[in-house]
Amino acid sequence: MERKTKINAEDGKQELMITREFDLPLELLFKAYVESDIVEQWMGTKVLKLENKRHGSYQFETTDPQGNRYGFNGVIHEFSPNQKITRTFEMENTHFGVQLEFLEFEKLTDDTSKLNMHVIYESVAHRDQVLKLPFAQGINMAHNRLQDIVSKLAYR
Amino acid sequence: MVASQAMTAGAIASNFDTARPTVSKHLQILTECELLEQTQNGREIYYHINAKKMKEVADFIEPFRQMWDDKFNKLETIMKKYKSKK
Repeated sequence: MERKTKINAEDGKQELMITREFDLPLELLFKAYVESDIVEQWMGTKVLKLENKRHGSYQFETTDPQGNRYGFNGVIHEFSPNQKITRTFEMENTHFGVQLEFLEFEKLTDDTSKLNMHVIYESVAHRDQVLKLPFAQGINMAHNRLQDIVSKLAYR
Repeated sequence: MVASQAMTAGAIASNFDTARPTVSKHLQILTECELLEQTQNGREIYYHINAKKMKEVADFIEPFRQMWDDKFNKLETIMKKYKSKK
C-alpha cells in the first residue's frame, strides 16, 4: 500500500514537513480542523477551547488509560478559511518547548485535497526529541512486554 | 563484527568476556528477532547480519509517521461519514 502520510526531516535541521493527501474535498478537510467535536474525534483529545481567528488560542486535554491528564495549548496567529492556519503548539509540563506550525490546505480536485504541515522547533535537539517520542514509546512497550514474558518464564 | 563477515558462535564469543552460553543465548534472541541470520556450512553455523531488518529498527522516524498516518486516516473516515450524512 502506498504511504499516504509523508515526513520529510532532513538531518541537522530544526524543522520538518508532514504532507498528506486526502480523499476529501478541501472544505471538509478544513472543517476537521475547525469544528471542536470533529477535532476531538480524530485527535483523540478533549477540546477545552478553540478560537478559530487571528489572535485566538486553543487548549486540548488528553487522558490516558491510567487516568493521567496531558494538556496541550497554542496561539493562532493566522486563520484563512480553506487556505492556511499558522499557530504555535506546546505540550504542557514537558521539556519539548514550543513549536511553530504552518498548516497549508490545498485543493487537488473537487474530491481530493492536500495538507502541508511545516513545523519549526526551537532547536535541532528539540525536533529530534519530538521525532523520537513515538519510537521511544514503542520501545518501552516492547520492553515491558519482554519483561512480562521473561518473568513468566522465570516462574515456570 | 558480524557486519563485516559471517562468524561462528565460537568466534563471536571469543571477543567477549561473557560466558559462552550467555553469548549463545543472545545470538539466539537476535536470530529470533531476525536481526541475525544463520547459514549452515558443514558442521558450523555462521551468523551474519540482516541489513534490511537492522534498517527497519534504525528508522526511528517510522513510528512518528505511523502516528500521524493513523490520525489522518481517522480524520478521513470521520469526514467521509460526515459528508454522506449531509
